[in-house]
Amino acid sequence: MKRKILAYPYIFVWLPIFVIVPMLFIAYYAFFDNGHFTLEFVKNLSDSMYWSVIARSAWMAVLATIICLIIGFPVAYMLSNMKKSVATMLSIFYILPMWMNALLRTYAWKVLLADGGLLSSLLGLFGIHAKLLYTQGAVLLGTVYNFLPFMIMPIYTTLMKLDRSHLEAARDLGANGVQTFFKVVLPLSVPGVISGVTMVLVPSMSTFAISKLLGGSNYALLGDLIEQKFMLSSTGYGMGSVLSLILLILVLISTAIMRRVEKDNGTEGGTLW
Amino acid sequence: MKKIISAVLITVMLMTALSFLTACSSYDNTLYVLNWGDYIKPSLIKQFEKETGYKVKYTTMTSNEEMMIKLRSEDCIYDLCFPSDYVIEKLIEEDLLAEINKDNIPNLSNIDPKFLELSNQFDEGCKYSVPYMWGTVGIVYNTELVKEPVDSWDILWDEKYSGQVLMYDSMRDSIGVTLIKLGYDMNTRNPEEVEAAAQALMAQKPIRMGFFGDDAKDTMISGQGALAVVYSGDAMLCCDPDEGNPNLAYVVPKEGSNVWFDNMIIPKTSTKKAMAEEFINFLCDAEVAKENTEYIGYSTPNMAALALMDESWTENPIYNPAQDVLDRCTIFHDLGDFLRVFEEAWNKVYFEN
Repeated sequence: MKRKILAYPYIFVWLPIFVIVPMLFIAYYAFFDNGHFTLEFVKNLSDSMYWSVIARSAWMAVLATIICLIIGFPVAYMLSNMKKSVATMLSIFYILPMWMNALLRTYAWKVLLADGGLLSSLLGLFGIHAKLLYTQGAVLLGTVYNFLPFMIMPIYTTLMKLDRSHLEAARDLGANGVQTFFKVVLPLSVPGVISGVTMVLVPSMSTFAISKLLGGSNYALLGDLIEQKFMLSSTGYGMGSVLSLILLILVLISTAIMRRVEKDNGTEGGTLW
Repeated sequence: MKKIISAVLITVMLMTALSFLTACSSYDNTLYVLNWGDYIKPSLIKQFEKETGYKVKYTTMTSNEEMMIKLRSEDCIYDLCFPSDYVIEKLIEEDLLAEINKDNIPNLSNIDPKFLELSNQFDEGCKYSVPYMWGTVGIVYNTELVKEPVDSWDILWDEKYSGQVLMYDSMRDSIGVTLIKLGYDMNTRNPEEVEAAAQALMAQKPIRMGFFGDDAKDTMISGQGALAVVYSGDAMLCCDPDEGNPNLAYVVPKEGSNVWFDNMIIPKTSTKKAMAEEFINFLCDAEVAKENTEYIGYSTPNMAALALMDESWTENPIYNPAQDVLDRCTIFHDLGDFLRVFEEAWNKVYFEN
């Protein structure tokens, strides 16, 4: 019971200062203009521009999450089936790039994707001449690359904790490899998948700078719009705050959906979050 | 044992107190400077620190708008900033600037009077600002990819160069250039003209590689783009025989362009005005200004410095454009509340596809 005390600094200092107060500020800026309550900023949302940016950002985030899942699950599955020491080594390699600043890594992609850069020269050898940088694909690639480890790690952790005797039991009862995977491994890995999906979906919905660097600002997302609203002028605070609230709502909705899916599947196997 | 502990404790306390004291005194002779990236020769800051014993805390920003937000904040710590013309106009109007004591800046006599006259357009009587650097906005192009003569903004909309045109990631510059192309005034307050510019920029999307900031010059030097809207200082670097690309050339289009003018100002909140003035005076020194302008590549309004420079600079049309080029250029003015119309147009260009 005494351990509860350790949580007090977080609950009474960190949470109010760094979470609750900033949220209140955002809400204040969204609904007050010079100290007067106003719905002016919310009404601005009738402009279709905002909705097309929101839709584009949500779509890009969903796409990035699906790609991360398609790449990440097999990787995590393979890692979990390897010898512990080898798997630990390999998983370090997946995390290693994250020790470097995300912006730097994105800049590196800029060099790789540039016309006459490594990738386009390589493709050129096979007779493929395509514009790689400053395309929507480049933005998607940057997002997937930046957030892939967040998909792999939770799935890997869940699969590692999976009780091997379940697999043996499935085999004993006559299931072949494929059946065991789909009937036992996959359902038991759902909690890991849910954590992974949440950890990729949420940050890729709010990401900015990636689209600026790799998309040449041609495929700007909601995060960029919020940044521009705040940076361009002090009159943009209201609209920027409204958009931040919308982002928050989107995040809450997706988290709620994830929770729902998780509940329907039971929670055996342990989650990261 | 107790004695030892108390002795240790006292020593520790004294040392903390002492370090606090030294921290305070060093705080007092620290000058906080806010400037654009790559916009001063770093060794000059060291030289100034050595000559005066002050410390300079140097921070950079990426846009005038960002700086304005920093200067407006109540706990603004900066003592010296380098904003552009139209921003100074706005800052004066908002009463955020301290009047500069000219007696502390004897080197002001090095500044060409024609630039003080230009300053007069946004800072009447030049009370709040001292000229730092100036330049034009134009087009840098790759002669390998662009075989025709470049003399008009229209070429930025030419489908021949699809995906190879770099625009500048700055609201006033990109919209301003488009307004000129359409035959309007850069400082227009007519919403229909701004809307027309926004439409033109949206139509340009397939031709545009993107909106670029400082990375425009690297992209052009590496030969990736055909045409780019840049400031003259960036163009100097692009066309530099050593660091640049020999195929690049710079032009200020015939329809006219923007001549911009960055100045040194002291925020009203500064508590170290005299120190800031000392730094301004230092930067106006002929030898210092020469070193500085040769390092960053933007043109100096310092005629004493110009007199010290050799022909490779003074005869270079990018660095020292002919009078007829300057005659067709105008400075940006503060747009007041009309800025909102520009901002909305800029949002639209950026986000509506």
